[in-house]
Amino acid sequence: MSSSTNPSVVGSPLVKRGLADMLRGGVIMDVVNPEQAKIAEDAGAVSVMALERVPSDIRRDGGVARMSDPEMIQEIQASVTIPVMAKARIGHIAEAQILQALDVDYIDESEVLTPADEENHIDKWAFTVPFVCGATNLGEALRRIGEGACLIRSKGEAGTGNVVEAVRHLRTINAQIRRLASADPSELYTLAKELQSPLPLVQEVAATGKLPVPMFCAGGISTPADASLVMQLGAEAVFVGSGIFKSDDPVRMARAIVEATTHFEDPGVVAKVSTGLGAAMRGLENSTLEVRLAERGW
Amino acid sequence: MPIVGVLALQGDVREHVTTLERLNVKVLKVRTPEQLDDVDGLIVPGGESTTIAHLLNTSGIRPVLQTRLDEGFKVLGTCAGLILLSDVVLDGRADQWSFKKLDVSVRRNGYGRQIASFESPVDVLGVGEVPGVFIRAPKIEHVGDNVEVLATLDHGDGAHPVLVRQDNVWGCSFHPELTSETRVHQLFTDAL
Repeated sequence: MSSSTNPSVVGSPLVKRGLADMLRGGVIMDVVNPEQAKIAEDAGAVSVMALERVPSDIRRDGGVARMSDPEMIQEIQASVTIPVMAKARIGHIAEAQILQALDVDYIDESEVLTPADEENHIDKWAFTVPFVCGATNLGEALRRIGEGACLIRSKGEAGTGNVVEAVRHLRTINAQIRRLASADPSELYTLAKELQSPLPLVQEVAATGKLPVPMFCAGGISTPADASLVMQLGAEAVFVGSGIFKSDDPVRMARAIVEATTHFEDPGVVAKVSTGLGAAMRGLENSTLEVRLAERGW
Repeated sequence: MPIVGVLALQGDVREHVTTLERLNVKVLKVRTPEQLDDVDGLIVPGGESTTIAHLLNTSGIRPVLQTRLDEGFKVLGTCAGLILLSDVVLDGRADQWSFKKLDVSVRRNGYGRQIASFESPVDVLGVGEVPGVFIRAPKIEHVGDNVEVLATLDHGDGAHPVLVRQDNVWGCSFHPELTSETRVHQLFTDAL
């Protein structure tokens, strides 16, 4: 046996989406300080999203929402051993460069923050650190993958505690994937045009029947049952934002959502962990919303 | 035909299942202690070791698997799986526990955070060169005399073991399941 000394490659597509593969079946929790990050890790979160305000507070406070203070991100990195993600504004190349310089493990180019560019998303191929992006439909997902996103999350409607948009987006993406998978190859050119997506990616989805990268779910998940629901609809992992730290008992809610995500096919387990949890976050009905975050990004 | 379990609490379970299905073995996902009775060996996949450790406790699998391991049950761990099988875990949580079936010290994220994650070919004893994918990988910093080193890699700071075996337990710091490579898994399934 000789010791392998071949030159190594960093930032390859396999390495970037590899971390997303490792997060599958897990829960990524929004946290605003090291104490919350510890609670998330103790509860079994696979990763934390470091941000200054959870989406429900961003929604309440209004104003421009930006990347978090690097000091706050570094404090959270120092407090946990699991991967730490952070959000950059859509199209804000400089915020993404800062997050890469901070060694965050994943950048979320997120509609929860106020977009910095209303025409272009970040060229994510130019970065070594991987990106996750939101999508409401297959065309949007494939455009983000074309720009270099290695992980897609269905957007849902962040900060509402209402799972209806997450369900709509997951079902839409899955239905559009099934449509491609059953299409005649000669139809894919027009379908690519309709989806406004790169043809090679459309052909790949048609051939494999799935997205080229993992698909997680975000936006409005606030109970163990919500987590089980979106996992049954094909999500491979769950982002929970306001749902944990805006509930009555965040420690128990965090643990319960982790259990429900792992054992989503076992209603007995989901029932058990849902019992006596206290109140989930107060939700918002969609028709009352002043701002629809999911409409940001294109 | 042996039946191989893949611990399916969290992580890249699907990739291990796909790799095993190419090797003419039967595959079963394991989420409960009872399911351990139905398999001849178990793979602990890549994922987050703190999450899998937590779910091993809440599912009740931990004590049953510990007993089986002590009795000689064959287990292969990749990445997080390696951490969970090792005697000593460095840079872990204060309450980090492990099954202590491999006489090695591993450092969590020893090769760095995600930005340092890398691909590099690995030369495996008796197998040849296989693609190595290292994702926030644990680094094996010390091995005991009872441990057989099946592959090492020099990633710029001297050669470190990346695939090891001690009796009934195999540990791998990279992810053979993320590529089309099957020969590392075959080392394990051939021994069942």
